[in-house]
Amino acid sequence: MTETFYEVLRRQGISRRSFLKFCSLTATSLGLGSAAAPKIAHALETKPRTPVLWLHGLECTCCSESFIRSAHPLAKDVVLSMLSLDYDDTLMAAAGYQAEAILDDIKKRYKGNYIVAVEGNPPLNEDGMFCIHGGRPFVDVLKETCADAKAIISWGSCASWGCVQAAKPNPTRATPVHKVITDKPIIKVPGCPPIAEVMTAVVTYMLTFDKIPELDRQGRPKMFYGQRIHDKCYRRPHFDAGQYVEEWDDEGARKGYCLYKMGCKGPTTYNACSTTRWNNGVSFPIQSGHGCIGCSEDGFWDKGSFYDRVTDIKQFGIESNADKIGGTAAAVTGAAVAAHAAVTALARAKKKTGIDIPGGEK
Amino acid sequence: MLAQQDALEAEQQARLVKAVYVYEAPVRLWHWVNALCITLLAITGYLIANPLPSMPGDASQHFVMGTIRVIHFSSAYIFAVGFIGRIYWAAVGNHHARQIFILPIRSRQWWGEIFHELKWYLFLVKEPKKYVGHNPLAQLAMFLFFTIGAVYMICTGFALYGEGLGAESWAGHMFGWVITAVGGNSQQVHSLHHMGLWVTLIFVMIHIYAAIREDIMSRQSMISTMISGWRMFKD
Repeated sequence: MTETFYEVLRRQGISRRSFLKFCSLTATSLGLGSAAAPKIAHALETKPRTPVLWLHGLECTCCSESFIRSAHPLAKDVVLSMLSLDYDDTLMAAAGYQAEAILDDIKKRYKGNYIVAVEGNPPLNEDGMFCIHGGRPFVDVLKETCADAKAIISWGSCASWGCVQAAKPNPTRATPVHKVITDKPIIKVPGCPPIAEVMTAVVTYMLTFDKIPELDRQGRPKMFYGQRIHDKCYRRPHFDAGQYVEEWDDEGARKGYCLYKMGCKGPTTYNACSTTRWNNGVSFPIQSGHGCIGCSEDGFWDKGSFYDRVTDIKQFGIESNADKIGGTAAAVTGAAVAAHAAVTALARAKKKTGIDIPGGEK
Repeated sequence: MLAQQDALEAEQQARLVKAVYVYEAPVRLWHWVNALCITLLAITGYLIANPLPSMPGDASQHFVMGTIRVIHFSSAYIFAVGFIGRIYWAAVGNHHARQIFILPIRSRQWWGEIFHELKWYLFLVKEPKKYVGHNPLAQLAMFLFFTIGAVYMICTGFALYGEGLGAESWAGHMFGWVITAVGGNSQQVHSLHHMGLWVTLIFVMIHIYAAIREDIMSRQSMISTMISGWRMFKD
């Protein structure tokens, strides 16, 4: 059922002769000799493309919206030629029982050899009843579908960290995928949404090299999440020089100064926005004059205002940042020290007068 | 003539001063280098979180935040290396050098004397006890505020520093786990590290006040001890 690469190439109008020439050239380029050419041709003719099942849990579809806007490669090429996207209830034409039957079919026929891409996350409260997929709790469908998968891609901040639906107080107990599926390799592609090219590149990498990209400590592909927005920001010279936007629409804002003081989360956010940018490389938030809100970071909704540099610390139960808490504590200590010094001085003076003045009160 | 008078006066009125050598040269040097580092770290740290007003003109003419960060990072390196050196000295130096690292928590007498020191600070006892090294309360405070505090600031600080150097850097390898440990969001580590600034400030306030007060009120020298190394007893 799943097309091989050869079939895709033929469908796109490439002749068998051109295909065989390509195989010979590839064998020669790799230094494998002429005997390898038929083997390459055979592999491309017979090896089916890895099927991808795209599930949707609690989400807003912004990941899908982003994905279909990919320019390099074009989303249509990814979907129609490169990967075998066998199930995606938002993009596919099929619906109902036949559509759901695909999940079972792929699970059986490609046991241990298909990829599950998850957009959104499962809510666990009330036995998962806050998100129903085809008449069943999404968490059940997710567990079932992932049981025989080769690897799982967590699309976006929802699947990776929990995002807005997991923000405090998280009434549905929305839970990121890696806390539900614990026995499979999971590639986190956070962002709200992730950058389109990052999404297609992660999929392309996995299909081309048949392995998962190198991940960082938190399970994100290093090639896109290895550096912070700040590290590659084109406004970085203004940061180092000490030139900041002090308030919206001031002189600094017009000159494109650094948005650090306006609470830009570029220094604490790992993503590729400042290099890859958005919408076919047109722009990204900072270039448009607004600070980064850190949407690809874990718990970014609960880490204080998007517009503060020193953000609120919620652990203290009150809306207060490190400077307010620390400043108050320091002031109290200062007052205590001063009072203690005063009492000490008084006590000492009393003691001294008691000794030094003859006939004085003692 | 005058000299004779002074000699006579000294003969009549001078008390016999007893002195013990407490703080060896590396400890004293470390203390004052630390004082400088902490001052620089606190000021630059505050300015990193709350930057100075914007500089006018072309970006290439200034390096204000850059300089502030360089000072912060250089001081941090010196502070951290000094701390490692201090741990080494705790091993090879005299027993006073170990006081801020190891607490005699099993000694009931020690806890009792902490209580006595507390009473002294609350004006409940008239005379403090004599100590060659830190008094038990000071020892406890040094351990909690300084030793634990320094480890905390080094770990959180170098975790943040490692973000700039990159995950593959030595700092990323050695301290990158701190970011994951507090929930994976680096903004959280920034907030925690910034809280450390205020804890340090409170420590410095109490430390200096207690040192000056004890110098005047207690039965032994304080400030000059950290300069000369000798603890003088007044009675």
